[in-house]
Amino acid sequence: MPATKSKLGLSKQKIAGARALAAKIAAPVQKYIEKHTTVTVERATLRLLGADGADKDGVPVPNIVVSQCGEAAAGGAARTYINALIKRSSTTEQLNEEIAGGLDITKIPAADEKQVKARAADLVERLDARVSGNVKFRKERLAEWKAAERSPLIYVIVATGNIYEDVKQARAAALQGADIIAVIRTTAQSLLDYVPYGATTEGFGGTFATQENFRIMRKALDEVAAQEKRYIRLVNYCSGLCMPEIAAMGALERLDMMLNDSMYGILFRDINMYRTFTDQHFSRMINAAADITINTGEDNYLTTSDAIEKAHTVLASQFINERFAANAGMPERLMGLGHAFEMNPATRNGFLYEYSQALMAREIFPAHPLKYMPPTKFMTGDVFKGYAMNTMFNFVAKATGQSIELLGMLTEAIHTPYLQDRYLAIANARYVHENIADFASEIEFRKGGVIRRRAAQVLDETVAMLREVEKAGIFDAIAKGLFAEVKRPKDGGKGLDGVMEKAPGYWNPVEDHLRRKLKSAR
Amino acid sequence: MFIKPYGDTLDDGAVQLSFTLPVAAGGRAKEGARQYVLKLGFKHAEIVHAHPLSPEFTFFVAYAKTDVALDYSKVEYVEAVDKSMTMAQVDEFIKANFGRKLVILGACTGTDAHTVGIDAIMNMKGYDHHFGLERYAMIDAHNLGSQVPNEKLLEQAKKLKADAVLVSQIVTQKDVHIHNLTNLIELAEAEKLRDKLVMVVGGPRVNNKLAKELGYDAGFGPGTFAEDVATFVVRKLARTQLRK
Repeated sequence: MPATKSKLGLSKQKIAGARALAAKIAAPVQKYIEKHTTVTVERATLRLLGADGADKDGVPVPNIVVSQCGEAAAGGAARTYINALIKRSSTTEQLNEEIAGGLDITKIPAADEKQVKARAADLVERLDARVSGNVKFRKERLAEWKAAERSPLIYVIVATGNIYEDVKQARAAALQGADIIAVIRTTAQSLLDYVPYGATTEGFGGTFATQENFRIMRKALDEVAAQEKRYIRLVNYCSGLCMPEIAAMGALERLDMMLNDSMYGILFRDINMYRTFTDQHFSRMINAAADITINTGEDNYLTTSDAIEKAHTVLASQFINERFAANAGMPERLMGLGHAFEMNPATRNGFLYEYSQALMAREIFPAHPLKYMPPTKFMTGDVFKGYAMNTMFNFVAKATGQSIELLGMLTEAIHTPYLQDRYLAIANARYVHENIADFASEIEFRKGGVIRRRAAQVLDETVAMLREVEKAGIFDAIAKGLFAEVKRPKDGGKGLDGVMEKAPGYWNPVEDHLRRKLKSAR
Repeated sequence: MFIKPYGDTLDDGAVQLSFTLPVAAGGRAKEGARQYVLKLGFKHAEIVHAHPLSPEFTFFVAYAKTDVALDYSKVEYVEAVDKSMTMAQVDEFIKANFGRKLVILGACTGTDAHTVGIDAIMNMKGYDHHFGLERYAMIDAHNLGSQVPNEKLLEQAKKLKADAVLVSQIVTQKDVHIHNLTNLIELAEAEKLRDKLVMVVGGPRVNNKLAKELGYDAGFGPGTFAEDVATFVVRKLARTQLRK
């Protein structure tokens, strides 16, 4: 809900200058991305073409194919898979079973090039029909139930480890008023270089992201939605070593949102920077094509660093995330840039600073579905104080027109939410949202006051930081610890061995299709 | 000395409870919740609030009184540190007693990706205006970050000749943190490192008693600052290393 008139009086030139710097920062990375592919980009491509299933040891078919290809994957794994389909006169289902059973498809002689292209066109058409169907279904439901749509959208998390328990909790949360359900992933899934297969009932601090789990939760939420006459959105985590594959699964199973950040994996999961940059690009192309809203992870900067001193790192990262998303052909209405309410509650006038920064994000990114994150760092186990802090957070979220509000839990820092914790959080948010419904249009901030000055200062610091990053180059800026005070060497971190320079004649029919569809640059 | 909870009168035994039962809301649910509280051993249970969470679940807030009393004189618990030194005092203590920098490693181990605890203790900035160990002049602090395998932590401890190792466990389910913490001690013993290191654990589900049961030197729960941990570590090291 864009504010009609600026309340902060931020300099338009400075904002435009920051955007120009972000474009300069992203440009050399984009050049690198275009020339490279990764094992998970290839696996995501295979998944979108129909590769699925796993062998008896649980190794997914897309992983088997890419391993079989070895170095040849640098030319695009799709060709090998499509070739096998033609030569064995198989459906994708039949071929997947054979691969899971031990068939080495790299040993199959090459089919005629025309046949390969024709089969690829068929598979891409099938893919497009499925994804477009998902987009259409979502659009129609949203239009049908438009009256039930509120702002901010209320986002809660379920995290039992067992997809069937998750369903119960998600259903209860939706009935209480949640608009968005995120199934948090089991810890450490981000570091797996494969996506597990099938429904799962064991996890730590969360539930495995698998395509079957996506399907189970999607079905459950569609049922509640029909009952409530309100579309319930499903979220998962398009991050870690399998970013594009999770995007692919989400596109196929109609997820509505994906956590998806261009630098989060590098900084907070120690995933190699070349790997992450390459993966995020392809994953964002998929998300954009499937009309999936991304949520970026700037809130994490503030759990690691001080929320007042480092506010500008959030804004700088938002500009960079915006640029990388645009480079992938993503429209602004899908860019859920992240930020958070994480100041020390003992700060004098802390509420004013939080208000200022949240409004600043809104005014700088008016068309973006901003994702606002609750207090976590200073939640101590004092559930009563925590509930009060969440009330202040709910106030800022509504008053500054945030789009997606992840609700704070009073039991943050104690355990994954109980059923009742979610209810209390939703009750608090709905009370505040309703009680201050028109507050935003009633209030203005005086020139030279705390709120305007704070926003102007953060913007200035952001421009200075972006200049520094641009000068160093983003690879070196990350290596030097400019973001989140975390230093990541260029060749360090996980997953670099999965990055390949595209071989001459690299062929990826899914990528070609996505580019056509998104008309993305280059 | 026998004690009971205090509401507004000594020994009234007043307790506040909230919980969810897997039943549909209504008069019967409220009565069921009341009887359940009585079954827990409380007297005069009163359900002051009930709200449906879904057709199958109802949330209750209850106030109740208990006759149960505890002999407080029999409760044993030793704090890891009773009075902490300040950062300056810790640095001074190290200078005076060791004459060299102490090497302290910190990590969030196992599958846990939540660094908020270890960051609060280690990072320069610290937490809530209490500087972290990186700021201590006489401490060489290394924060290894999250999801550090136990093996790697010990390998680094050897390589950096660590005096102390701090382990954080934040997110845990089904007691995975207990297994992970036990495993670290076993590995340290197998590598003959246990006696050379002060080993400390921290996290929301940890206290000093649990830590000692698991074989650690101390455990710290929520509300701990860097100086608390530092005070314990330097005093412990003074007792072990300097006695030789």
